[in-house]
Amino acid sequence: MFMIRLDHVSKTFGGEDTGVHAVRDVTLHIAPGEIFGIIGYSGAGKSTLVRCINLLEKPTAGTVTVDGQELTRMPGRELRTVRRKIGMIFQQFNLMPSRTVAENVAFPLKGSGLSKEATAAKVKELLELVGLPDKAGSYPSQLSGGQKQRVAIARALASGPKVLLCDEATSALDPQTTQSILRLIKDINQKTGITVVIITHEMAVVKEVCHRVAVMDSGLVVEEGSVYDVFSNPQQPVTRSFIATTSNLGKIEQLIAAGDPMVELEPGQIIARLNYGQGNVGEATISQVSRKFEVDVSILYSNVEILGSQPLGGLVARLSGEQVSQAVEYLSQQNVVVEVLKRG
Amino acid sequence: MAEFLSSIIPNVMDKPEQLWQAFVETIQMVGIGGVISLLLGIPFGVLLFTTKPGGILENRPVHFILGKICDVFRSIPFILLAILLIGLSRLILGTGIGVKGAVIPLLCATIPYLGRQVEGALAEVPDGLVEAALAMGCSPWEIIWRIYLKEAIPGIARGVTITLISLINFTAVAGAVGAGGLGNFAISYGSNRRQTDIAVVVVIIIVIMVSIIQAIGSTVAKKATH
Repeated sequence: MFMIRLDHVSKTFGGEDTGVHAVRDVTLHIAPGEIFGIIGYSGAGKSTLVRCINLLEKPTAGTVTVDGQELTRMPGRELRTVRRKIGMIFQQFNLMPSRTVAENVAFPLKGSGLSKEATAAKVKELLELVGLPDKAGSYPSQLSGGQKQRVAIARALASGPKVLLCDEATSALDPQTTQSILRLIKDINQKTGITVVIITHEMAVVKEVCHRVAVMDSGLVVEEGSVYDVFSNPQQPVTRSFIATTSNLGKIEQLIAAGDPMVELEPGQIIARLNYGQGNVGEATISQVSRKFEVDVSILYSNVEILGSQPLGGLVARLSGEQVSQAVEYLSQQNVVVEVLKRG
Repeated sequence: MAEFLSSIIPNVMDKPEQLWQAFVETIQMVGIGGVISLLLGIPFGVLLFTTKPGGILENRPVHFILGKICDVFRSIPFILLAILLIGLSRLILGTGIGVKGAVIPLLCATIPYLGRQVEGALAEVPDGLVEAALAMGCSPWEIIWRIYLKEAIPGIARGVTITLISLINFTAVAGAVGAGGLGNFAISYGSNRRQTDIAVVVVIIIVIMVSIIQAIGSTVAKKATH
């Protein structure tokens, strides 16, 4: 049913009492074909957690099941066989510098019983898939970061895995290259139905490709759900702080605190933050309110994104008029979350 | 030409056969000692590195014992090691002198030496490569063979070069305690009989040997670096 099941997984480094609890009682179930994001700040335990999936880190408690096989019970030899079906890519790419691109991609194929010709054909096919057909003879030191990660993806896919683990795979890349690598991962996911787990500290990565997301904080999964649900209705402070990194709606508090002239109000005026919930089309709602209650809405900040074909975000505006409070009430009824930040 | 040489290195020109004989003995010692040192020293270094805490074959007792063996043999000056091991050499090879008698002390000096060099070379291989190989389902043996030894070729080549150069140095010292070779030749004539030209010629030959080994080692290291 699930491709990856983590049940009550914990990982403690060092002694039980004095050690570091990197992962604490994490339960996650990831469906086949899903792109699952795990987001958290550094030290949140996400890299340890992803290493628990292929048992590069052996959990101190709990069970890990991949494609129906319980890895936590396996002896070393069997585990190595299963690992061939779990590809992994890394922040630092981890390509072998003494081997050419083609040799790197062919690395996991050794001992698979493929003939030399079949291996060469497979390598060619993989390099075409990642868009580097002409780099077969180059050495990793001759490639850019994005190209290295493409080679690493080709290598990870060589043994035909059912799962691809991405450990901060775009964190060492510039934003444009990040986009192109994410598009490639999305593409491969759609073509092959491979299950992808993406570890990141970048909100933009999750928004770009993930179907579902788990938010980690000090070893715990504090929030989990579809990307839209988690980010349209964040429950935890850490989730809100991630959202704040890609939104400018939080800047208004700083302006108010600094007493900026921009936010000086006349009696009857308010400054409010309006967050769109599910199923309302923001901009239209604002003009309706403006007409209906004869209020002037002056937008100070606005941040709207389309996530999974639904708008997510909101705006900060100054509302003035006789019927401001009725307008606020109406907006609340329309499923817009209204926070009044300042009253004149 | 011969006249000219006789005038500047008269004592060498007096006994070319003995010089040749000494040279052959040195080559034998460096050749046999070198080959066995590589065959045993590289695995020794690999074991020393991989058994350490956090290594892929972590084994504290083995690592501790190997480390101590290394330290003991490396802390004894070679001239003393050569004298101390004469007994052991007689026991194993039946003789404590000549080329044969020198082999065991030479190996006891070079294997731990090369072992430490190899250990250092393997430590330069990024941990990420090992992690990637583990994630691809490689066994410890595959990781040693396909990651560590392959990626550490430049470092190992440099380590082997330094070891072979030290080995030449050790054979000269072994000459002082009965091993024959260029060292013995230089000491008995160049030093004891004050035939300085012999010492000078021996030094020149050794410098040439060292230069050749260094050039080969550097070339291999350079070729293997991408």
